[in-house]
Amino acid sequence: MTGAADGTAASGPAIVAHGVGRTYGSTTVLEDVDLTFEEGRVHGLLGRNGAGKTTLLRLLTGLDRPSTGRVRVLGGDPFENEGLAGRVCFVKESVVYPETFRVRHALRAAALVFPRWDADRAAELLDAFALPTDRTVKKLSRGMTSALGVVIGLASRAEVTLFDEPYLGLDATARQLFYDALLEEIGELPRTVVLSTHLIDEVDHLLERVVVLDHGRVLLDAEADEVRGSALEVVGASGAVDAFVADRRLLRREALGPLARATVAARLTADERRRAEGLGLDLSPVPLQQVVVSLTGARSADVRTLEEVPS
Amino acid sequence: MIDEGRPIFAQIAERIAGDVLDGTLPEEGQVPSTTELSAFYRINPATVAKGMAELVAQGVLYKRRGIGMFVSTGARARLQEQRRAAFVDEYVAPLVREAHRLGLGPDDLARLLAEVSGAGAAAGGPGRAAGGAR
Repeated sequence: MTGAADGTAASGPAIVAHGVGRTYGSTTVLEDVDLTFEEGRVHGLLGRNGAGKTTLLRLLTGLDRPSTGRVRVLGGDPFENEGLAGRVCFVKESVVYPETFRVRHALRAAALVFPRWDADRAAELLDAFALPTDRTVKKLSRGMTSALGVVIGLASRAEVTLFDEPYLGLDATARQLFYDALLEEIGELPRTVVLSTHLIDEVDHLLERVVVLDHGRVLLDAEADEVRGSALEVVGASGAVDAFVADRRLLRREALGPLARATVAARLTADERRRAEGLGLDLSPVPLQQVVVSLTGARSADVRTLEEVPS
Repeated sequence: MIDEGRPIFAQIAERIAGDVLDGTLPEEGQVPSTTELSAFYRINPATVAKGMAELVAQGVLYKRRGIGMFVSTGARARLQEQRRAAFVDEYVAPLVREAHRLGLGPDDLARLLAEVSGAGAAAGGPGRAAGGAR
């Protein structure tokens, strides 16, 4: 429980995917996915729509089975594994509850499934999100449905908690509430979290590890701190910019009259930094979100070279 | 608050060190817990813990079992020494570079520094310093 608080490294893998592929008919959704999610850490699962994020999460939670390869969660095969039910919580977009189920019934059901269920935390979050406990789940708005998922995900205190775009319909204030509550929860009781999201800027500082899927493959799997600062924007007179970026990996270049802006995959030494300043160039780091965007927006030929950058 | 280019744990360490440097966190005083800092800065607790571990390794903080983290005696002087070494590169060199671009020589710089220090001591207003620079 004090693992994270001591700053010690994670104790072992909570989730392992080995050579995982999933095809539906002739469509390949996932291909050759090798991944390890360490225990007690917060992982970001990033990528464009259709990259295979939800399919991967479904395989990890035993809702589906890989066509090839294998998945291990907390040491076991998640598919039809009763023993894992109370230890893994999957907060997904659409949860089907019985027709007459009210919010309080959903919470009572969750309390039965998860042995570490924290009823006080659930009540507190319910209140914070202003969720009406007597309303039937079916009649909740998109945002309220998301909020209910978030409440259950956090109060479950499950060893492995996976969130699949849990913010749909939540406004900025409610999303902040979620992030703050998540931080508080993992501070109190570290657990393995996988957060699939498009709002990378918002969760940037929460993530320890980043996995980017692209067309069903792992494009990037690295420490968040390594990805941040793995790219750099150089702005200045185009001659100087080109001279400076000449032997570096160029991700993007834009020009405006005599000015140029180049994004390069590079980490500079103090000397290089001084040289750039001497050339009158402005350097600025590229945030995590922009790194991911340039990775997943690049053509595949560029991507292959990029893949090596952060590791 | 957090600059995107550098590892966040290093920035957290720097921030805590900054608080030690200006006396916000006094020597032998207790440092907020990892969880408190995590909530306050909205940063993963493991990242905060890594930053604290860095400061422990540097001798700025020390751990009292079961109680928490404290600022070491002599931490402030040690940090001052470290930061003075970096002061030229991080502050003076860019200042001189920009002055050069603006056609300001060493004498102008000396005069401006005196003016700003004087204004800072007298009124503390940045507006006045800017006016004086004209």
